[in-house]
Amino acid sequence: MKDVRLLIEPFNPGQLVGPFTNAHPGLGGVCTFVGEVRGDGDVEALELSHYEPLTLAGMDDLADQALARFDLMGILIAHRVGELHPGEPIVLVSAAARHRRGAIQAVDFAMDHLKSDAWFWKREKRGGEWRWIDPRPEDHADLERWV
Amino acid sequence: MAVRLVFLGKLADLTGAAERDVMAPLDWSGLLDALQGELGGWLASDKVKLAVNGAILADKMDLQAGDGDEVALLPPVSGG
Repeated sequence: MKDVRLLIEPFNPGQLVGPFTNAHPGLGGVCTFVGEVRGDGDVEALELSHYEPLTLAGMDDLADQALARFDLMGILIAHRVGELHPGEPIVLVSAAARHRRGAIQAVDFAMDHLKSDAWFWKREKRGGEWRWIDPRPEDHADLERWV
Repeated sequence: MAVRLVFLGKLADLTGAAERDVMAPLDWSGLLDALQGELGGWLASDKVKLAVNGAILADKMDLQAGDGDEVALLPPVSGG
């Protein structure tokens, strides 16, 4: 099962992972990563913008790559867009598999690509001022892990 | 009779709007003429990609957009 979503409202990770898990009877394990907006010093808000024709299609392609590369029964990828605040979930990846290693690696793979290579533009608000976030040098290294 | 331009990320701040319509047809030199004043070096930079109706151009100079097409200007995505 492949489930890929762009979410414009706050979400409860458990409400997505529960049904995803139940949809895979016979599984051996589920690995889930939930990323939240870090409460970094004086960050007041984070805003994610996306481009509809590319962003969801890119996430869907990433899910297909994970399914092809790892021994999975299913993968769930959900990503927030819009304005978020520290402590809110921003991304969720869950992989179900008969054996743990494929599930764990698939989540790591999907997260590295979502953080470095997906069509999202982020800006953060500090002291009332919005500032765009640039690419980081580590992003390239994160992707190189999977070449 | 228009091509819709869509500005993502910080490019929208530079142009002051997320979208703008320009006269069709539009090619690379037409795009430069329309936007170079506002976007400066960003437009020709290798870091900014173009997509026409959701398909990314391998070479921006191949841009050929007609009436009803949507051209997105995509700066580098933000890191983790």
